[in-house]
Amino acid sequence: MEPVIEIDELCKDFRVGFWRRRTRVLQSLTLTVQRGEVFGYLGPNGAGKTTTLKLLTGLILPTAGTARLLGRDLTYVGAREHIGFLPEQPYFYDYLTGREFLDLCGRLFGLRAPARRERTTRLLHEVELEAAADRQLRKYSKGMLQRLGLAQALINDPSLVILDEPMSGLDPLGRRTMRDAILRLKAEGKTVFFSTHILPDVEAVCDRVAILVGGRIRDVGRLEDILKTRTEAIDLALQDVNPDLAASLEALAGSPVSRQTDRVLVRLLDEDALDRAIRASLAAGARVVSVTPQHQTLEEHFLREVREADR
Amino acid sequence: MRVAAIALNTFREAVRDRILYSILAFALLLIGASVILAGLSIGQESRIVKDLGLASTSLFGTFIAIFLGIGLVFKEIDRRTIYAIIAKPIHRYQFILGKYVGLVLTLAVTVGVMALLVFLLAWLVDGRPAPGLLAAAGLDFVALMIVTAVALLFSTFSTPTLSAMLTLATYVIGRLSGDLVLFAEQVPSPGVRAVIRGIYLILPDLGRFQIGSRVLHDLPLLPANMLATSAYGLSYILLLLLLAVSVFQRRDFK
Repeated sequence: MEPVIEIDELCKDFRVGFWRRRTRVLQSLTLTVQRGEVFGYLGPNGAGKTTTLKLLTGLILPTAGTARLLGRDLTYVGAREHIGFLPEQPYFYDYLTGREFLDLCGRLFGLRAPARRERTTRLLHEVELEAAADRQLRKYSKGMLQRLGLAQALINDPSLVILDEPMSGLDPLGRRTMRDAILRLKAEGKTVFFSTHILPDVEAVCDRVAILVGGRIRDVGRLEDILKTRTEAIDLALQDVNPDLAASLEALAGSPVSRQTDRVLVRLLDEDALDRAIRASLAAGARVVSVTPQHQTLEEHFLREVREADR
Repeated sequence: MRVAAIALNTFREAVRDRILYSILAFALLLIGASVILAGLSIGQESRIVKDLGLASTSLFGTFIAIFLGIGLVFKEIDRRTIYAIIAKPIHRYQFILGKYVGLVLTLAVTVGVMALLVFLLAWLVDGRPAPGLLAAAGLDFVALMIVTAVALLFSTFSTPTLSAMLTLATYVIGRLSGDLVLFAEQVPSPGVRAVIRGIYLILPDLGRFQIGSRVLHDLPLLPANMLATSAYGLSYILLLLLLAVSVFQRRDFK
């Protein structure tokens, strides 16, 4: 495994208010993203997601700590040669056309004219902006700007792509396009690090996630591992359940059983209750059809982390 | 390459802005009108065309330098267009230098057009070319480059309104700095005298770049002096750009 992003004890203070009081918005952030991963950086508004991304792309300077991108220190400008970045709500020069803007971006990466032309044409095609390529950006819709933002982030054929809230403000079609683009980048072997608070998208594309609340990382890991750590309930499906057994199962579960044709479904809250329910069922001559643990959803997990951090 | 890319983009922004054309049209109109004014005077035609022409070129050049200069960096941060740029492998000093070169390029084209018109009109009225006019406009262009650098410096840390006021103040004091020294000699209080001298030393001496009166009176232009003045101007610009870079280097784009 090869780390692409290595963040070590990164801190950021901002000065706020009239007295320019120092406020810490990122607290000793430590995080590693491996090559080829799609990494979701989750957190509520104001958690410090954008601050982290701006630190990684050199837009703001760290107060303390270090970070390495593709093995090079953050402060080294050349480290950005192989990085693509899509800022949150992309604002681009509205007097340029889409093609001119991509050409400008290519120049900033030091690409020669033929390479710029080739990449620009291909990317405009990929993000479906060929028809609007020679229109000024002031005439672009939000979705078009977002797509152009993706194209400019890929102009240098980067190995690490950093996207700040790529799905926010897009319609379902736009979100789908962005999701497909992320999956395509993954298929090409690129590393994608993106911040978001739109959770269904995370479940669809991420290998690993980190949850950031109040400038601190609350949780980090593979999605299924994070969600498995807490089992919300266990569903027990039985056959041949007599009324006496049903009554004692309801007592154990603390909730009514549900009947589905020839089956009875009991939702138990812990493994102890499950043990007793199975024993009682077998003793009463019932058959166990299935035992299904019910994991929490990412949304439930996310909300719990945010609430716990608030406490 | 990267500086050139930023410069080209800055130039493109300026030439796609209607304000530039409004200022240029007004300036050309005024320069053209000098011929009519000249017709009203007796025996002073050529002088009026040259005088009014050079003054208009300088004034409208200053307008462009200030009005475009104060927004150079501020607008990029305010409109967040800078996010996509700084995240690319470009040094911050390259960005500042590119913005500066882009605006100087814009100024060169607009001042060039104005100066050429003045030169042609004076030729028409006079019956002979006066290359001194182009030399005077050239030296004044160095002064405009200083004004642009001042505006750019302010633009890295303050709002356009404040930058405009500060740049304008620098320009006015700079143009009058010769008088400032004379004034200082008249002041009895040594403290006030020291302050005035301090201002003279810190602010650019823009009066040195005005050699229009020598052209009007057909006096020799003293190339050595012009060269020294240009060198002074370029050193001053370098200092201002270094200051602008050191401010910009530490900025967070929140």
